[in-house]
Amino acid sequence: MIARLWDKLTDGIDGTLMLLAVLVLTLGLFTLYSAAYESPVRVTSQLANIGVAFVAMWIAAQIPPQTLMRFALPVYTVGLLLLIAVALFGEVANGARRWLNVGVLRFQPSEMMKIAMPLMLAWYFHKREASLGLRDYFAAAIILAVPTFLIAKQPDLGTALLVLAAGFYVIFLAGLSWRLIVPVVVLAAIATVALIVLEPQICETALKWPGFKDYQKARVCTLLDPSTDPLGRGFHIIQATIAVGSGGFLGKGWLEGTQTHLEFIPERSTDFIFAVFSEEFGLVGNLVLLALYLGLIARGLVIAAGAPSFFARLLAGAITLIFFTYAFVNMGMVSGILPVVGVPLPLVSYGGTALVTLFVGLGMLMSIQRHRKLVQT
Amino acid sequence: MSYAEFRDLDTELKQFQLRLGVAGAIVLVAFGLLVVRFLYLQLLQHEYYRTKAEDNRISVVPVVPNRGLIMDRNGVVLARNDSQYTLEINPRIVRNLDATISELGSVVELLPRDRARFRKLRAEIKGADSLPIKTRLTDEEVARFAANAYRFPGVEIKARLFRQYPMGEMASHVLGYIGRISDKDVERLEADGLAANYKGSDYLGKSGIEGSYESELHGTTGSAQVEVDAGGHGVRTLASTAPVPGNNLRLTLDIKLQEVAENAFGKFRGALVAIEPATGGVLAFVSKPGYDPNLFVDGIDPQSWEALNNDPDKPLNNRALTGTYPPGSTFKPFMAMMALELGRRTPEYTISDPGFFSLPGQSHRYRDWKVGGHGAVNLHRSIVISCDTYYYGLAADTEIDQLHGFLSQFGFGQATGIDIDGEKSGLLPSREWKRKRFKRADEQRWYQGDSVSVGIGQGYNLSTPLQLAFATAILANNGVVYRPHLVRDIVDARTGETRPVEPKPIRTVSLNPKWVKLVKAAMVDVTRPGGTAAQAGAGAAYTFAGKTGTAQVVGMKQNEKYDETKVAERFRDHALFVAFAPAEAPKIALGILVENGGHGSSTAAPIARVVLDYYLLGKLPAKPLELNPDGEDE
Repeated sequence: MIARLWDKLTDGIDGTLMLLAVLVLTLGLFTLYSAAYESPVRVTSQLANIGVAFVAMWIAAQIPPQTLMRFALPVYTVGLLLLIAVALFGEVANGARRWLNVGVLRFQPSEMMKIAMPLMLAWYFHKREASLGLRDYFAAAIILAVPTFLIAKQPDLGTALLVLAAGFYVIFLAGLSWRLIVPVVVLAAIATVALIVLEPQICETALKWPGFKDYQKARVCTLLDPSTDPLGRGFHIIQATIAVGSGGFLGKGWLEGTQTHLEFIPERSTDFIFAVFSEEFGLVGNLVLLALYLGLIARGLVIAAGAPSFFARLLAGAITLIFFTYAFVNMGMVSGILPVVGVPLPLVSYGGTALVTLFVGLGMLMSIQRHRKLVQT
Repeated sequence: MSYAEFRDLDTELKQFQLRLGVAGAIVLVAFGLLVVRFLYLQLLQHEYYRTKAEDNRISVVPVVPNRGLIMDRNGVVLARNDSQYTLEINPRIVRNLDATISELGSVVELLPRDRARFRKLRAEIKGADSLPIKTRLTDEEVARFAANAYRFPGVEIKARLFRQYPMGEMASHVLGYIGRISDKDVERLEADGLAANYKGSDYLGKSGIEGSYESELHGTTGSAQVEVDAGGHGVRTLASTAPVPGNNLRLTLDIKLQEVAENAFGKFRGALVAIEPATGGVLAFVSKPGYDPNLFVDGIDPQSWEALNNDPDKPLNNRALTGTYPPGSTFKPFMAMMALELGRRTPEYTISDPGFFSLPGQSHRYRDWKVGGHGAVNLHRSIVISCDTYYYGLAADTEIDQLHGFLSQFGFGQATGIDIDGEKSGLLPSREWKRKRFKRADEQRWYQGDSVSVGIGQGYNLSTPLQLAFATAILANNGVVYRPHLVRDIVDARTGETRPVEPKPIRTVSLNPKWVKLVKAAMVDVTRPGGTAAQAGAGAAYTFAGKTGTAQVVGMKQNEKYDETKVAERFRDHALFVAFAPAEAPKIALGILVENGGHGSSTAAPIARVVLDYYLLGKLPAKPLELNPDGEDE
């Protein structure tokens, strides 16, 4: 009886992914316990989030890729419509129009785009697989650009970046010519170097950046030189860097992080939780965490490589790379090599939405892995 | 040309896997970048960031010692520390001070003087990180602010120890006051190497005992290593060195006697110093009017400051210490001592006083205060009736430098060395002094005529009331000189260990006991029937030695009769009196000055009587003293 229930529950669950995810979740809960020492209720609340995320993952794992494919267009369309609705009727919080209030529920449609976008593009390329041409990449670019633009306009740079990345990964994996990719990468590299070199001129207070909000400009400028604003915006970066650096080789020990417990780290349960982790568990902890993420990503890439259909391959690859993007952008931002964008540390940061999104992604990976043999041949 | 590079399934799969491989490589490079960054931060730069984190975490906070108490000789507390709540603003955190202050005004009542004082402190103390906007908050105000505190980052309620002077104006010129450490004070403290001990201190003694005994009263500042959070709030103390509280001071002052003396002045301005001749201990030290030192404690507001400064009565002037007046006839007993010791006069030498004195060959008449003169006057009588003519002649017969040399021994013309700062040294003229004082050769010369007025304590003579008391104490003590002092014992606040300020004779004026006895006897007769202070001395139950004096405020022309009823109050003569009692074994010596008091006999001597009655007999005046400056001549 119990054995049968266990079978049912573990049906379609990939052991490797699950084990790695649980390990990261465990580290995350310990870190959250330390970070949220003044409100321990966050830990139980996060446990509830994890429960919901597990259910979502389990459900996603049960849905075969063929069925998923059928959801692609409707989910994307609904997501797009909701984004338009947000632009027109959305609620404003903290200076950004991100929320849609539907009576009892208040949610961010942009979050849903993180799954809908790769789903849609993977579906599109799968449909066009036989006769993939330049046209299709244009179409894909438009499918990607419209929601990204709407999200960036809210403004929510972090989510827009993740959605853009998700779409880009699908297009990249679908085989976009290097001749288009390389020039963009080179241009981006040049732009980055120029930004760093020309920082003093570009960041002059009087100078307006076309298309950027002042706070977005400030974030980039503060990253380039945090010391220009040590008490204001630079405070986050400086204090997070101090936390990471002062952690040293073995860290200060669990619950012993002074930067954390004396409230020098802002947003320490959510976006900056990596600073807490890093301070208390040190370089060793960081390497362990990186290894776990790397394991998850490697497993995801293996699943993608063995996926049964073009759709499944693209989806699995994109989901895995989004996971990587979350991890890299967050750790990069906390350790001061990337600008501060609102990206949580996957499976560690407090908060239900991102957790559910990530686990739905993991569930989809598991489903793809489970169904690889069914269609192949 | 085609941008889609694969068509057939096999190549397609291979292409896809190549792309995955590229993606994997990017992942590795990106994570590698993170590893490099972690190695850099956590190994290479670890020490730097560890120090940064410690600096963040630990702040060394000075622990200010409790200031020593000041007590009178019987242990009555004259200055203590009271715990009070203050509302303080950190100007480094609060950006818009004006807006914050006006908003604060809606939570606690802020008087214009509070705002004005804040502005003044802000201007005086540039680097301050906490300045009071309001002091002495009521419990209700504390509660009301606490409820609104979230609206005011950088504004805090602090419990602070405040210096409190429970006696108010009484003895204010002795105690002095403490005030906020100004930028100027900081410079001085730094120059003296004391800046470290004043970290965290907001106040220091500015004048009086508070000022001159600052090093005893302040104590040693302790320190605490406090863990602070990002908001700068102390979370816990890691280590601490306890501060050493300042020493308590027990004064020689008898606050009851002080009270009696201050009350005796009534509405008159003036000064009184009472000294215990056998020790030099100051028993009472009055300068009227006084001020309330409590006003200065948390920074005086500009209005009160203006009022004190512009008051024509000059309440901030310490008249006893810094007021210099011609000693007038109170100078005569010392002149008499000089005459006998230098052999200028014998006790029997008698003059016939016509009411004036003229130098040989000169027509100028130096007038006696009594028109028509006193008739036959010997040394004894010259003191009892205060004969000017006798002393004109004596001074004219004495070489000024000899006079200067002898009377210097009684402390005239030099600081007494009392243990509070700012003392004036007065003036006892000499040839050398005059040469230095004037520029023109004819002015620099000493004329015999200069000596004549010096003989009756006028002319160039100037003394502080303290000096008069000091000189009188030396005479009363038969020439043994004790430095006047206000602090009797320095008491360790923790152990109670008492370090007495040893009264040591600093020198002895060599005086013939026979002559001392003679002069003292004359001074006793001053307060007996026939003497100038007979009224004040009537019925005294002890032998009361004294000498009246008058110091002119306006110069009178020759032949002009001085009529005080016509002279505006401010131009009326100052009344002086010196005294000691009991004459045979003096326990107290007095120097008294009553500004515009008319004559010594009419205002200053009655004050002396009240003080002596209280000190020697414990007797308080039956009714408040009524001083009449228009009373009889000396």
